[in-house]
Amino acid sequence: MESFRQAFQLLFSLDRELLQIIGVTLRMSFFSTTISCLLGLPLGALIGTRSFKGKSFLKKLIHTLMGLPPVVAGLFVYVLFTHYGPFGSLNLLFTVKAMVVAQVLLITPLVVGLSSSFLEGTSRPVIDTARGLGLSKAGTVWLCLSEGRSALLSVVLSAFGRSIAEVGAVSIVGGNIQWKTRVMTTAIMLETNKGKFSFALALGMILLLIGFVVNALASFAGKEPADD
Amino acid sequence: MKKALALILAAIVALSFAACGAKPTTDDAATTAAPTQTAATENKVIRLSTTTSVNDSGLLPYLLPTFEAETGYKVEVQSAGTGAAIQKAKDGNADVILVHAKASEEEFIAEGYGTERLPFMYNYFVIVGPKDDPAAVNGSADAAAAFARIRESKSKFVSRGDESGTHKAELKIWGDNAPDAAKDDWYVSAGQGMGACLTMASEMQAYCLTDKATFLSMKDELNLDIVLAEGEDMKNTYSLIAVNPEKIDGLNTDGAKAFIDWMLGDEAGALIAKYGEAEYGAALFTLLDK
Repeated sequence: MESFRQAFQLLFSLDRELLQIIGVTLRMSFFSTTISCLLGLPLGALIGTRSFKGKSFLKKLIHTLMGLPPVVAGLFVYVLFTHYGPFGSLNLLFTVKAMVVAQVLLITPLVVGLSSSFLEGTSRPVIDTARGLGLSKAGTVWLCLSEGRSALLSVVLSAFGRSIAEVGAVSIVGGNIQWKTRVMTTAIMLETNKGKFSFALALGMILLLIGFVVNALASFAGKEPADD
Repeated sequence: MKKALALILAAIVALSFAACGAKPTTDDAATTAAPTQTAATENKVIRLSTTTSVNDSGLLPYLLPTFEAETGYKVEVQSAGTGAAIQKAKDGNADVILVHAKASEEEFIAEGYGTERLPFMYNYFVIVGPKDDPAAVNGSADAAAAFARIRESKSKFVSRGDESGTHKAELKIWGDNAPDAAKDDWYVSAGQGMGACLTMASEMQAYCLTDKATFLSMKDELNLDIVLAEGEDMKNTYSLIAVNPEKIDGLNTDGAKAFIDWMLGDEAGALIAKYGEAEYGAALFTLLDK
């Protein structure tokens, strides 16, 4: 109960630091999700609608990567960006950009896997239609994506959900630095470590609320007129 | 195909529940059956809530096997920052605490959660920094003077920022001159444990206040040196406090007392006084005069 009260108090007090943390969280999740989908959806559509040599191996690889533990993705990016690492000269460690890179690594397989298995199950009639219409290969892929847009929207939202809820990778490469790379999940970890359990829970509720608002907006935007 | 998958999934879920359910009973059987039949009436598990510096430095893993072999008790160690370590005890999840933040400890006792604060050992915080020491911290009279030099030169400084004992000690040294993380971009408030902060300081070539034990245990991985050790304002005292049975129920008060008596005794004292000599060439903790 105490947590509920604190969550509301925090939200309505418009605490400057909280707003900044929410801002970083949304910025990170937006870029992670967008980049993952730009990379993942076309690849998912390709795997889901066409057959080619090595496809089953690629699918196994994708499904394995879907289970990649966040800390491992974080460690991998850390090793790349560390001072003496191959990309150390870019000075990206402990920045939001590095967090986005780690999340793209983590989320792209999810987008590819989910979208390809969805399209595999539903694209047959669409492909037949495309053939009837005499569409090109690219046109066929586009038609499949556009016909399945409400399901693909849920793929995008899953990607966003994983991004906003993830803590292992972002704390390793972001470092949870106040006013810079602290996001909601790492702030919750910090408050838990301080022993402020009810405050941490209040932050958790705010995180859920943000997730809910984003989902509601997305389903509103993605609604097809025929659904009413 | 879908049906088969669903069945397999259901089986996995059922199995994992069964496994989770079965685990505590086998553990109970193991712990209660091991010493004697009296275990059924006498609680042999002591829950110790402590800070990461005591546990991660290897001190507890070094001491506890001897205590457990001599007394038949089993000590369950939960290690976290001092703030969380104390909160767990307030929530009734620990019998005894071993921490290093005097003000928080006194508050713990003032609120009735503890009976007596028993300081028993200390070490020194050290300031670590880049090997070339750009702020010329080396040779400062004490930590406050060293911090002033870091502040003047705006050299990067990584702070725990997590209300741990080390963070509170750092804030005390800054005093009224504490930097503001929102404005002073050389001051990095990391909000993480000692190990993560040292790694970050090494990456950024920043200064950092740390307990000596954690730094020495990680030294090989870090590109940092000790730039100031043993200032008078860098003393770090550790205390034991038994949780008050009149405030919290379900405690193992006998176990907590046995643990505290043993830790304050001569045998543990001798073990503590020489801990670290073999590995680091110098003892990590010093006993307080009784």
